[in-house]
Amino acid sequence: MSNTFLGMPTLPVFGQGNINATESFPQAARRELANTQLRANLGHATHTIRDKRLKVVAELPDWEDMRNAGSAIKDATMANLPALLEQFEANFTARGGIIHWARDAQEANEIVTALIRETGETEVVKVKSMATQEIGLNEYLEEQGIAAYETDLAELIVQLDHDKPSHILVPAIHKNRSQVREIFLREMPVVDPNLTDEPARLAEAARKHLRKKFLSAKVAVSGANFGLADTGTLTVVESEGNGRMCLTLPETLITVMGIEKLLPTWSDLEVFMQLLPRSSTGERMNPYTSLWTGVTPGDGPQNVHLVMLDNGRTAALADEYGRTALNCIRCSACMNVCPVYERTGGHAYGSTYPGPIGAILSPLMTGIKSEENSSLPYASSLCGACFDACPVKINIPEILVHLRGEDVDSKRAKLKVPTQMDLMMKGAQWAFSSGSHLNLLEKGLPLGKLVAGRDKVIKKLPGIAGGWTQSRNIPAPPSQSFRQWWDKEHKPGAAVVPGTTINEGEQA
Amino acid sequence: MSAREDIMNRIKSALRDAPETPVVPRAYRRSSTMSDAQRLEQLVDRLVDYKANVFLTPAADVPAKLAELLAGTSSIVVPHGLPQEWLSALKDDAGAPAVHVDSPERRLTVAELDAVDAVVTGAATAVSETGTIMLDGSDDQGRRIISLVPDRHICLLHAADIVEVLPEAIARLEASRPQTWISGPSATSDIELERVEGVHGPRTLDVMILT
Ligand code: SF4
Repeated sequence: MSNTFLGMPTLPVFGQGNINATESFPQAARRELANTQLRANLGHATHTIRDKRLKVVAELPDWEDMRNAGSAIKDATMANLPALLEQFEANFTARGGIIHWARDAQEANEIVTALIRETGETEVVKVKSMATQEIGLNEYLEEQGIAAYETDLAELIVQLDHDKPSHILVPAIHKNRSQVREIFLREMPVVDPNLTDEPARLAEAARKHLRKKFLSAKVAVSGANFGLADTGTLTVVESEGNGRMCLTLPETLITVMGIEKLLPTWSDLEVFMQLLPRSSTGERMNPYTSLWTGVTPGDGPQNVHLVMLDNGRTAALADEYGRTALNCIRCSACMNVCPVYERTGGHAYGSTYPGPIGAILSPLMTGIKSEENSSLPYASSLCGACFDACPVKINIPEILVHLRGEDVDSKRAKLKVPTQMDLMMKGAQWAFSSGSHLNLLEKGLPLGKLVAGRDKVIKKLPGIAGGWTQSRNIPAPPSQSFRQWWDKEHKPGAAVVPGTTINEGEQA
Repeated sequence: MSAREDIMNRIKSALRDAPETPVVPRAYRRSSTMSDAQRLEQLVDRLVDYKANVFLTPAADVPAKLAELLAGTSSIVVPHGLPQEWLSALKDDAGAPAVHVDSPERRLTVAELDAVDAVVTGAATAVSETGTIMLDGSDDQGRRIISLVPDRHICLLHAADIVEVLPEAIARLEASRPQTWISGPSATSDIELERVEGVHGPRTLDVMILT
């Protein structure tokens, strides 16, 4: 097996589905920011989980060693992806599993639908899965007359409320307990009217609600956290036991997994099953992890399928500077530490993948030319907290900057005439190329004071500079520049007065 | 062109800069530095933290302890490979629970499993650092379904099968066996990130460690 590519290079083929925002980040963020309940819930939740993560990470003397190993394993996976996929396929198939390949969301949805139809069922139970959210499977199945029941508590809350997940790990993080209680009372067909908002009681209500579904389900749809190439093993990491129910009880199991989820060897799991739980829920280990390799006669589903999904992953892989985004193990640590996410919440990002990872992954998968996703790389202050928290050391800030560059380039390429930004940059180039150019420009400073008026602030800049003043004011510029002041003070013969301040005139 | 070929070509095209394969630095701990007693103590600490009930039982006392734990229980399920002597104190006693044996010849149905009060299984190995017990479907642990549907799981673990770190367990386990790794009873943190024990999996986890 060789990875050398000898054919014609193909243009990247981008993904579709729920990775495309429907409005720009600034627009969505403005709306979400107005929701004070959401912000309070989010602030509480992200801080709780951050503290837990720090505590359990600090417990391990070799956390950094593990991150280094994790990062290298994922880089090695991407570098050898074709061979590893073939190896995984051979092992999974040898044990009775059936593999399907899907170029994009549409194809994946069609495959899953056809597999369900073959069983004659019109209902499926689902384990929380990012991949199936990405392709919009539930909505597609509904159109085809198949009901998909989410069984993860948070997904259930979101589904019952006809809402969208706002966080990849705890999708209902934007709801507090009393809101959850209201949703249950309103939407569950059979529910104790005296239900309190204690999380334990709410969890019990979910158990009762889903129990019959689990015990009678014939078909389950899941995602997968890892696929191990050298053994053909799949892994689902979870807490509640809904995953175990779905992976064990039904006759048919259909798993949808992105092609980047592989790890080369079984023993690589020893790294990732330490990195993932501590980074995501801040636990030493999640309550349940299930592993299966194809079909086990007499134990669990006997009709086992896996849909391998591209949907823009190969496009992300083609970006030399962005491809490490595919190393993501969806732990959500970057979200929980992000000052932007903490305020806007997950909905503002539009895509299935919110937060810092979403801000790079979504545009990488859809292409930066995707109208609404092109604003995502700007949804960051580049503070770097996400990079520090990431268990596989994805340099998110660096990729954000890279994608901003791509965005500017692509917008420039679209227009024949130079953009405002081009003109500004050209102007800056001229201004900074010589001291006399700068001097000339600085003569215009008093003009700025004039614009600022009596209250000495500029509230709105023209053109694209207006982006800066959208959410902040600019103080009036001083009447002279440092260089002008220096020249005046150091004119031959001028006495340097100790204690002179630059803007004496300003203070009046 | 098939979707598979198409995707493979896309990947190969994406990798035409031939990124190098890094050597994986495995400087993390891959073996235990603890004594048996320390590992035992650590495992107990973690399990209790997860709200599991833990019992340290000398091997000879297992039948009596099991009978005590199951007092008042009307029925249990056990895998066919569970050591018979563990259940010896349950027999010939009027109040003892009915014991259903799940075997390849006689597999219990979902409804039957839903009707039993508890399941008793062995375990393959356990990781003390994370408080994780691994089941691998061996004859003393049975099919995955039997340790899932009953609301109470009594898991018997030999102290000799406790390792300290995850890599040691990975080296002991065989990937192709269907596995369930269990760290405490089922739980959720989905509501305000507050951990609540007891959702869909067994709500009570009793771990008996055989010393
Ligand atoms: S980018 Fe890193 S921190 Fe963020 S979800 Fe992915 S693995 Fe976790």
